[in-house]
This record gives sequence, structure tokens and C-alpha cells, in this order.
Amino acid sequence: MAAHLKKRVYEEFTKVVQQQHEDLSTKKLRLTKPSKSAALHVDLCKATSPADALQYLLQFARKPVEVESVEGVVRILLEHYYKENDASVRLKIASLLGLLSKTAGFSPDCIMDDAINTLQNEKSHQVLAQLLDTLLVIGTKLPENPSVRMRLVEVACKHLTDSSHGVRNKCLQLIGCLGPVEKGIAKDAESQAAKDVQKIIGDHFNDQDPRVRTAAIKAMLQLHERGLKLQQAIYSQACKLLADDYEQVRSAAVQLIWVLSQLYPESIVPIPSSNEEIRLVDDAFGKICHMVSDGSWVVRVQAAKLLGSMQQVSSHFLEQTLDKKLMSDLRRKRTAHERAKELYSSGEFSSGRKWGDDAPKEEIDTGAVNLIESGACGAFVHGLEDEMYEVRIAAVEALCMLAQSSPSFAEKCLDFLVDMFNDEIEEVRLQSIHTMRKISNNITLREDQLDTVLAVLEDSSRDIREALHELLCCTNVSTKEGIHLALVELLKNLTKYPTDRESIWKCLKFLGSRHPTLVLPLVPELLSTHPFFDTPEPDMDDPAYIAVLVLIFNAAKSCPTMPALFSDHTFRHYAYLRDSLSHLVPPLRLPGRKLVSSPVSPSITPHEDPSQQFLHQSLERVYNLQHLDPQGVQELLEFTIRDLQRLGELQSELAGMADFTATYLQCQLLLIKALQEKLWNVAAPLYLKQNALASAAAKQILEETYKMEFMYSGVESRQVVIIHHMRLQAKALQLIVTARTTRGVEPLFGMCEKFLQEVDSFQRCFISELPHMQGSFVDKLLDLMPRLVTSKPSEVVKILQTTLRQSTFLHLPLPEQLHRASANIIEPTGESDNPLRFTSGLVVALDVDATLEHVQDPQGTVKVQVLYPDGQAQLIHPKPADFRNPGPGRHRLITQVYLSHTAWTEPCQIEVRLLLAYNSNTSKASTRIPKSTWNESLEALPPSENGIEGTIPFSKPVKVYIMPKPARR
Amino acid sequence: VSLVSCWCPGAGQDVGRSCILVSIAGKNVMLDCGMHMGYNDDRRFPDFSYITQNGRLTDFLDCVIISHFHLDHCGALPYFSEMVGYDGPIYMTHPTKAICPILLEDYRKITVDKKGETNFFTSQMIKDCMKKVVAVHLHQTVQVDEELEIKAYYAGHVLGAAMFQIKVGCESVVYTGDYNMTPDRHLGAAWIDKCRPDLLISESTYATTIRDSKRCRERDFLKKVHETVERGGKVLIPVFALGRAQELCILLETFWERMNLKAPIYFSTGLTEKANHYYKLFITWTNQKIRKTFVQRNMFEFKHIKAFDRAFADNPGPMVVFATPGMLHAGQSLQIFRKWAGNEKNMVIMPGYCVQGTVGHKILSGQRKLEMEGRQILEVKMQVEYMSFSAHADAKGIMQLIRQAEPRNVLLVHGEAKKMEFLKQKIEQEFHVSCYMPANGETTTILTNPCIPVDISLGLLKRETAIGPLPDAKKPKLMHGTLLMKDNSFRLVSPEQALKELGLAEHQLRFTCRVHIQDPRKEHETVLRVYNHLKGVLKDYSVQHLPDGSITVESILIQATAHSEDQGTKVLLVSWTYQDEELGSYLTSLLKKGLPQSTP
Repeated sequence: MAAHLKKRVYEEFTKVVQQQHEDLSTKKLRLTKPSKSAALHVDLCKATSPADALQYLLQFARKPVEVESVEGVVRILLEHYYKENDASVRLKIASLLGLLSKTAGFSPDCIMDDAINTLQNEKSHQVLAQLLDTLLVIGTKLPENPSVRMRLVEVACKHLTDSSHGVRNKCLQLIGCLGPVEKGIAKDAESQAAKDVQKIIGDHFNDQDPRVRTAAIKAMLQLHERGLKLQQAIYSQACKLLADDYEQVRSAAVQLIWVLSQLYPESIVPIPSSNEEIRLVDDAFGKICHMVSDGSWVVRVQAAKLLGSMQQVSSHFLEQTLDKKLMSDLRRKRTAHERAKELYSSGEFSSGRKWGDDAPKEEIDTGAVNLIESGACGAFVHGLEDEMYEVRIAAVEALCMLAQSSPSFAEKCLDFLVDMFNDEIEEVRLQSIHTMRKISNNITLREDQLDTVLAVLEDSSRDIREALHELLCCTNVSTKEGIHLALVELLKNLTKYPTDRESIWKCLKFLGSRHPTLVLPLVPELLSTHPFFDTPEPDMDDPAYIAVLVLIFNAAKSCPTMPALFSDHTFRHYAYLRDSLSHLVPPLRLPGRKLVSSPVSPSITPHEDPSQQFLHQSLERVYNLQHLDPQGVQELLEFTIRDLQRLGELQSELAGMADFTATYLQCQLLLIKALQEKLWNVAAPLYLKQNALASAAAKQILEETYKMEFMYSGVESRQVVIIHHMRLQAKALQLIVTARTTRGVEPLFGMCEKFLQEVDSFQRCFISELPHMQGSFVDKLLDLMPRLVTSKPSEVVKILQTTLRQSTFLHLPLPEQLHRASANIIEPTGESDNPLRFTSGLVVALDVDATLEHVQDPQGTVKVQVLYPDGQAQLIHPKPADFRNPGPGRHRLITQVYLSHTAWTEPCQIEVRLLLAYNSNTSKASTRIPKSTWNESLEALPPSENGIEGTIPFSKPVKVYIMPKPARR
Repeated sequence: VSLVSCWCPGAGQDVGRSCILVSIAGKNVMLDCGMHMGYNDDRRFPDFSYITQNGRLTDFLDCVIISHFHLDHCGALPYFSEMVGYDGPIYMTHPTKAICPILLEDYRKITVDKKGETNFFTSQMIKDCMKKVVAVHLHQTVQVDEELEIKAYYAGHVLGAAMFQIKVGCESVVYTGDYNMTPDRHLGAAWIDKCRPDLLISESTYATTIRDSKRCRERDFLKKVHETVERGGKVLIPVFALGRAQELCILLETFWERMNLKAPIYFSTGLTEKANHYYKLFITWTNQKIRKTFVQRNMFEFKHIKAFDRAFADNPGPMVVFATPGMLHAGQSLQIFRKWAGNEKNMVIMPGYCVQGTVGHKILSGQRKLEMEGRQILEVKMQVEYMSFSAHADAKGIMQLIRQAEPRNVLLVHGEAKKMEFLKQKIEQEFHVSCYMPANGETTTILTNPCIPVDISLGLLKRETAIGPLPDAKKPKLMHGTLLMKDNSFRLVSPEQALKELGLAEHQLRFTCRVHIQDPRKEHETVLRVYNHLKGVLKDYSVQHLPDGSITVESILIQATAHSEDQGTKVLLVSWTYQDEELGSYLTSLLKKGLPQSTP
């Protein structure tokens, strides 16, 4: 064998020498490769002691091995393996074998037999375990080979009886990863052992070593993940494992039980020591609940997490989790929650606690008290009071998931969630506020609960306060006192933290529009009007007064009787606010006044909404006017664009849609204008100026199309086609312009070819959409394609020009929802006159706080740009953790930007703005179109000069005054 | 069968004067050495003279363990070690060792200086006593002597409170001291591993109570304080120096921090100040939150809480004051109370239980007019609130601890008899373990089933496991060997070695059995038939036909002779040594069934 191996090595070596002669350029690359295996062989032969050999192997492992020489290296290693007496060297060889078989492109089936053979005579347990690990690697590299897998599994089964836990561990791991999943294969297999993997693994559930037990459960879970349906019989075994002494075992067992409960939720299991039977999912739920008070926190976290996903559990089991019977000296006591509820229902609120207020009432039958319930009793009560915040967070999360699926449970868990608002750890508080928001449509807050919720408004952490505002936006309050309380607390918050202004106003807006009838009786008090006397006019710039007005106006929207209660100045203030804060103040129908804006609220009936109608009508008009005289078309387009832009400003709901279409029409207008140029009729070189106009138009259209594609959320493939089509037209225009202005044909060849490639890729990408594009530019172009491919550039240009002129204007279908991504930098405000001073060469951190709306995947796309006065631009990628997600479609970026510059003589302004980075590779089209075709077409596309990757600025730039001072000596 | 016995000089069906004597496998350990708050005479300390009658305590006791620094657990320590006389080791955790002497000194001062008692331990005695203390870490196994080892577990309750496992050989006892299974603002929850002790001695203060969540109470407390402060009122919180005071301080400190409040908080100087110093040092003993954030800021370095000066009480504006003592019966808290009682904007919050007769108890029961010394009438206009903060495990907590530790027996102390009765019944019902609740002075004896470790030589172990089928984890394996009990140790050795060591000659024991077989043929033919039959049946064994006409199966010899009277009957003589008993008896039963009929 050894001789054979050596021969192989030398064979390789000679082969390379031949190549040296053939191809000099690859000589150096290839030379190192076979010499590596040879060198290794020489090294290992030279090695006098195991320590030496180990050193050589370690050195060898540091260098990568090419795919072609892997097999040779493996043979050499195996040869030494058999010769080696020292276990540690064999161990290293075994691990190297595993590493080598991982090499990409190498198929390890040729070394499998040898690897299995090595197992036979191995005595050291550690080496055995390592070899099995190698086999596992080999097995996972050969997924399409069931017979190999069967063999490996058999080998593993044989070694399951090994006395070392490490070996058994690896065997189970191997069986879990490679064991047959389909029944059919198992039947074909001749070996008895491989027939029932589940049974083999199940037998090791009560192995004497906890590590092996864990590995067995993990292997079982692995099988489940690979698609094997676990048998229900395992359930009872798994239940026993819950009482194991070791936490890893218990933790894995909890998972296994959860898996089984999801597989067989409706099976019936008997309750031990009674004749009753319950559903398996209920039983499993009870068992996992029990683990929430386990001794190890790892298990507790695991259990609490899994509880959340057990939605099939019966409601009475679910409600038990919040139940904890209190007693004192054997007498039943009411919980604080029950007392609060009672106080509330008896009409008395906020009574001071008296000594003995919580005195126990009725006697309890001692026999009936169950101190450790077998069921789910109080699992969440324990989980939420746990020592470790990890457990508490997991419990809150689970509570959230269960409450979302069960309204009655949501109602019940409210008290507990409210309690969590006072947790000592901020993450837990935040998590519970978010949870509450998520379930808020299922619940109505009682006054005492609201009181506790509102108390958190004074928290010094901004995240907490904003989360709470967010929560209040979608909370249902039951009484007018509740609304009043909320308003008072919010105003208190406002005076304490004036920076919360926007967030509080928004919160009051929703609070008002949700509870118009509750606000109505409060109006006189809030506006401090008096039936007989005129009261002084409040200060219009007072944020608190604005807050009150926002609440009232939003309530008045759906409560027509309310405006009657307003005093004169309120109407004036309304008009002012409606203009200055139009996003917060809705249009109102006010008696005896001219309607300030559209009378019907758009949110109620969006389809019959006149503004929407207007939008559609104007679009119709444009699309119908295909064949008017060019002048008329241009004018109409200009008017429509203007209308749309104005509409977008007025109707925030339609802003996205209006902007989108306006941009599209703008592109069309530019195209028409460019084609109208006189230059086309005149000899090219004379009209360089106009050329500039046309090429500028082409460039702008390109830019606009990127904006349309990447800045709007909700764009569908129908729109993407049109956008791409427009881009194609722009490129055609560019081509024509270049053809006109440049002399010589040389550069044109390349451009033509590229353009045709693009047409081709367009066709491949949007083949399904082509039928909708009758008469369009691309439609005509594709008809002429055979001619185009063969003709000369000048001819191509000519054809393009005529097609471009003749092609019809494509109708842009509008999607249901379209929102333009926008960003607003809140901080820095750009108003400061005090320059930010820092020593030049050092770094200063600038806090940036911005809200982003309708940005998909902000972590990947949003960048911060800093422009220095010297034109130097710096692009900063904020950390993913800097983005928070306060609500759907909204993000908030709170980050620090590091600035630095050399010294300036006087302070100057830098510009900070947000950019949206895009990349055509991650185009919206790619998600809908089968990946392969898109990738192909991309490969075909050369990286074009007008930027496949680019950025779109989408926020107003903010100026920051800075002053780098020269360093003091 | 061995015994663990447990005798309670104090704390049996009673709260206060905790003192338990445990003897386990010949070792005597004293758990806690407390005083009783209710007595001022000899009854305040446990009756130590009863322990040994006349002998010296040091000779009798192997060690003393103190679970935590409360006086009802360590109050009698100087008396016991210095006045009665004990020189052996005293074990306690580091925080307990640090705080214990402060409390003992305070206790001494009150008894001797204020009440004027004589014949009490002195400051020097406290110092001498503390010199005998050995401090232990959590989870550290301390060898008291070769056989006795102790180990401390976290118990919550107060800073440094610990549960102790006492172990001799494989018998063990766990003593919980006072513990708390729900975490609070400054301490974590008690935790123990599945140590399966023979006896768990648990406190049972709240044996019949299941408590409400701590959060509601905390929230109520904070709300009350917050509202009063916002109104511009002053809040007085009478506390005892250690334990709850720190919890409430942390609670208010974090709340102030969170809510950005500015009103000052004060705590009375003296004991609390000293104690806070130790709390700062023993961060590892506190809860997760404090441990995790102490790198940024030590939570006990209060930002908002400052030391109180008498003059501050008259300052205008809102403030919160923690003042000792907790029951408003004397001292600073009472002085402040008198100053503030007249204003309805102010508030007093009683965070704990008040003994009858104290001002605290009076105002809690609703009395609004108090008669102070000097016939003055004090009208109480301020609001009076009660908040219970207690750090003992409730019934559920006790059950949870029992479930974690899985003891074989449970013994309840430190509680009231009536309440214990209920818990006892529950424990027996749920866990099916026996539960005891001895009264003071009673002795409880528990039978244990100790396992005795035996050394086995590796050669023998390997030889024995190699025989027969592979080891199966699920079945016990039978092994052959000789048990040698020599010099107080047990060894399992091979018979040869045992003979050699004991100097005995080897004797052989053989069993012989005759089996009658009906066979008319000749003897050697019969032998041949038997041989073929056995060869067919016993495939795994070496069956040989010897030239002298006998058959051997392994070491078993079979000979056939014709019956003296009846030639048709052959007598088979089967002989085996006792080591081959199994095979031998199998062979005879096989032969007794007769030979198969169809023979070649």
C-alpha cells in the first residue's frame, strides 16, 4: 500500500514537470501544489518524535490545499496514520482528514472506504471520536448518495456500544445527521441496524452519561428537522427526561416535547395516577410550564420561549398560567390585581391603602390547596418574576404571542404586562411596552391600569417614552377620565421633556380620533371656555396648547357637534394649525365657515375620494392624448405634472402615488422635448448646444428612473417593467445623441452592442409582461431585432430614432399602495450659531437623529453623507443597531457620526444628509423573477458607466457649523 | 442503616433563637446560634448546658455554622463561644462575618448601656469570638476534618445569607437558614442543586401563605412616594438598619434615576451608613442587575440618597427620609415623626410589621391622636401607609426548594406549629417523603440508607467486565470478587489475592450429582451419545471426550457407569466446582431430561 501511495505522489510530481514545459505562465502556481503533498510526506518521514510530526501537521494545516491534490494528501496522511503510534498525532491526522474533505469541489467518496477502515483497529477513544467526526463531514458532503449514508450509519451503530461518551456522542450525531429519513430507503436496506434509527437513538435516551443523552435528543431533533416524522411513543420517554439531573438534557428534552406537541397536538394521553385523559398538547404545555420554575435558568429561558408558540393549547390551560391562588394563614387572599379590579368596578378609585386592606377573607379548605400544581398554574407569574432578565424577556415574548392569538387571554394578561412596565431592567420594560402595543387591538385599558401605564411617561429613557407614545396611539381607553388622565400626563411629559413634542402631538392625534365621544364632554374644560365670560386667548405657540387642540380637532373630525363648543379664537387657531401642522390636524367641516379644504375625510372612503378620482382622471387624460400635436401634449403634460405635485402636497395619503406618476410624466415630457429638438433635422456638428440639452435630458431620465425604482415602497413588477422601459428609451436617446455628436464609427460599435444586449436582457427579464406592451418602443424594437443585429451602427441609430418617435406612450398602472421613502433629520437642527469646536486631526462625534419613512431594509440601504466645504465627501454606514423600528413602515436612526478635518482658520458649515443606496443587483425585479435568469442577464450586462450601484439623496441636507482648531503645542 | 439525629434547642415550632444540633455519622454540628427577641432573661439564649451536660463543648461539637447575620441566628454567638466556652471553628460567609460584629455590638450596646444589664458579653468578647470564625465562599467545599465537609449555597434573604450542606461520607444534611425564592431589588433568589440530601432542614415562616407578586407592592410604594413628593410633602420611612432598608434604598434610587426626580432622599447615619459600605463591597452577592451594571456604577453608591442630619428635618420642600428604628418606638424616626405628623401633605410608610404598643402599631391601627410622654397629645394628620416587604420564602417557595433539592426527609423549623402542620401534610402528600417538625428540645432521629463505597482493583474490574456480554447501562452487572474489610476500609479483590493477603490455603468445593439414564446400550456407547448430545446443545463451550471414557465440559466432569442392579440404566456422574455452579446445574437438568431418541 505504501509503495502504491508513493507512486501516486511521484506520478503527480512528474505530471507537473510536463506542464512546466507546456505552459510557462502557470508554472509557479502549479509547482507548489504537488510538492506540498510530497513535502508533507518527506516531513512526516523525517519526523523523529510524535511532537515533531505534530508540529509538521500543524504547519501543514495552516496552508490551504488545492482541490486536485486533496486526494494525494489524504493518502499520505492515511499512510502515516497506520504507522503512527502516538494517539495525539493520529488525532490530528483524523481532524485534518475532516478538514480536507470539506475542501470545496472535492468529492470525498474516494476516501470513504479508507476512512471507515481506519476505524477498525483504532483503540484510542478520542481518535475514534475524531474519525467519526470526519465521517460525518464526508457524509454531509455526499447528500445524494443514500448507500454511502447507510454504510456510515451502520458504522456509527456499531460504535454506539463504545465505552467512551465522546465516541457515542459522535455516533449519535452522525446518525442524526445522516440517518435515513424516508421510510422506503430503510426497507430496502439489508442491515437490521439502520432500519429504525428512531429506536436506536431512543435507546440512548437513558444512557448513563448526560452528554450522550443530550446528543441523543439532539440527534432526534436533527432527524425531525430533516423531515422525519417522529413517533409518538417517544413522548413518554421525553417526559421522563424532563426530570434529568443535568440542565443540557432537560433543555433539549423541553425542545423535544415541544416538537412532539406540534406533531401530535390532538392525540390523547392519560394523566398518571388517574383515569382521566387529556390532549397531548395540553399535557405538553403543562409540562413545559412546569419547567419555567426549573433550577437552571437556561432551561427556564428555553421553556418560556417555547410556551409562546403553543397556540393550540386549550384556553382553560392557558388561563391557568396566570393564576396564582394567594393565601395568608390558610385563608384566601385576593391579589392586588383583583383588588384593583374590584375598586374599579365598585366605582371607587384611588383609595389609600389601609392597614389590613389586604386582610385575608374566607378560610381555605386545607385539602384543596395544591402547592405544586401538576398543570400550568402560575407559570407566567413565575416567569415574569424570575431572577434573570433573560427569562423575564422570554416570558413577555411568549405572553405576547399567546395573547395575539387569544383575545380573552390578552385581557387577562394585561395586569401582568402592566406590572412589567416597572421592571428594573430597561430592555424588559421596553419589550413589555412593545408587547402591549402589539396586542392593543384586543384590549381596553381600565383606569387603574392606564394610571400605571402613564406613570412610565416620566421615564428618563427616550426609547421607553417613545414606545409608550406609540402604545397610546393604538390604545383603547374606556372612560373620559382616562382620556383626561392621559392628556394630563402627556402634558406633564411635554413640560419635562420638550424634545418629545412631535411624538406627543402625534400620540394625541390618534387618541383624539379613536375616542371622539369621550373627548366631547371634556372640551369645555380643555379649552377653558365659560358659558358667560370670555376667557383670555391662549398663547398659540405654547406646545401644550397645541397638544390640546390636536386632541380636540382630531376628535371633532368624527363628532360634528363638537365645533359648536369652540370659541372664536379656536376657529382662528384651527385655520392656522391646519396650515402649519397639516399632518396633525385633519380637515373639519365647520359651521358657518367656508370649507378650508376638501369636506370629506379621505381615509374613510378612499375609492370614492374625489382627489383620487382627480388623480385618475388626469392620468386618463394624458394617456388618451396620444396623437395630439406635440405642442399640446407638452402643455398638457406640464399642467398635469403641476397638478399632481400640488395634489401630493395637499393629500398626504396620495403623495406617494402623485409623486410617482408625476416623475413618470416628467420623464415622458423630457423625452418628448428631447425628440422635438430641431437638431435631428440639421447636420450634427452645428448644434452642439442643443445636444447638451438632449443628453442632459437623457441623463435626467436615467436618474429619475432609478429614483422611481428604488425610492418607493410598494412598487410592483408591472411598474418595474415600465420604469425599465423608460430607462431603455433614455439609453436609446443617449445612443442617438452620441451618434450624432461623435465622429467616427469606432466608439459606436461598442455602444450599439451594449444597447442591444440590454434590449435582450430586458426581453428575458420581463418576458411575461411583454404582451401588455403593444405598440411600445421595446415592442417595435423587438420586431426589428433581427435587422438591428446585422446592421451597421449608423443604421441602428436611424432605426432607433424612428422607433423612438413613433412609439406610443405606455400607460403606467398604479399599485394599491405607494409610498415614497423619506427621511427627516431631527438632529442636528442646523440652527446653531455656535460652532462645534474640536482639535484638528482628532475626532468629534456628531449625534444624528432622523426619522425614516417607508424605507425597506434601512440597515442595508441608508447611509449618512457628510460634505465638507472643500468638496470632500464622506459616506458613513450606520450600525444596524442604530436603527429602531417604532412602527410599521417607520424607522428611526439614532447614530453618531465621527467628523475630522485638518485645521481651519474660521468656522464653516458642513452638510449632513441621508442617502439611499441602491444596487440593481438587488433590484425589486430580482425578487419576482426567477433568480437564474436575472443573474445571467446581469452577467451579460457590463457594469455600465451610469451606475448600476448608486445613491439617491432623500433627506434635506442639514448644515452643521464646525471649527477644527489647530492642535496646541 | 445509619442515623441522622437532630435536636433543636431553639427554633423548633418557634421563631427566634434559632439553634439546631445535628449529629450525622458521628459528627456533631451546631447550626446557628441565635437569641430570642421576646425575652430578656436566660431564655433569650439556647440552653447550651444541655448539650454536653458537663463536658467541654469543644470536645463535643465538630463545628458551628451561622447562616446569616440576623440576631435571631447569630445573637448568642459571643455568649456561646466566650462565656460558655467553645474553641472550635465557626463557619459563616464573608458578608456575614463582616456585618455580624456590627449588629452584635449594637445589640450589646442596647442591652448593656441602655438597659443597664450586667453579666452580658463585652466588646472584647465579640472580637475574640469573631477570631474563631472561618469565612467560606459560595459553593466552596470546606473540609472541616477528614470526613466532615460543608458547602454554602446562595439563599437570598439578606446579604450573605447562605444555605449549608453538611456532608459526612455519603450522608448529608442541608440547612436552609432563612431564604427567599423570589428575587428582590438587591438580592437574587435562593438556589440549590439536586444534591439529594438525607435531610433538609427548612425554615417555614410563611408556611401557610402564598404571596402576591412583588411588583404590585413595589409599584404601589413608588406611586405613593412619588405622589407625595410631587405634592411637596415629606415622606418618612421608618426602617431597621439592615436588609429591607437597602432594598428600599435601591428601589427609590433607581426610581429617582428613571424618573429624573430631584427631591432629596436621606437615610439616617450610623448603622445604615456602615452597612451600606459593606453592601458596596459584596457586589457578587447581589442580584443580576446590580452585578451587571456595577462596572458602570455601583448601585450602592447612591447618587440621590445622602446622609441625614437632624437639622434637615426642618428644611422646607419635599424629601424622603429613611430613619431607624422601624417601629417608631424611639430614636430618630420618632423624632422626625413628631415633627411631621401635623401636616396632611406628609406621609409615613411602614414597610414592616409593628409590635403591639409601639407608635407604629397605633397609627397603623388607625389611631389619629397619640398621647406622647409628658401628657402631650399629638394629632396625626399625615397619611399613614403600610407596605409589607418581607424576604422569606412562601409556601410555594418552600415547595420549590424541596423540589430542587430532592431530599429524602424534610424537617421544618423556624415557624409556628399550626402552620407547620399544614405544610408538613402538603410535603408528605406531594413528594412522598417523611416530614418532621420537632418542638424545642425534642430530638428527631432519621434512618438513612447510606451507600458504602468499596475500592476495587482495576485489574479485577477489567477482567470481570470482559467476561460475558458487553456492559449495558440499563442493567446492573454481576461480578465475582472477595470483599475484604480491613483497617476500616473496604476493598473488593480477586479471590487469589484475598487468600494471599489473609494467608489462607485454597480449598476446592465440588458438587457431584448422579443422573440415571435408561439406555440399554454399552457404557461407552452411552458416553458417546451423551457426548454428541452435549456437543449439539452446548455449541459455545468446549466439550471433550477424554480417552478414559469421561466427558469434560469446560471443567465439569461427566462419567458413566452401568447401574449395579439394572444394566439398562446407566448412571451418569456429574461433578463440578462451585465456581461453575451455574453451568453444572444446567447440565444436570439437561441430562435429567434424558437423551434425544433419534440417535445415529
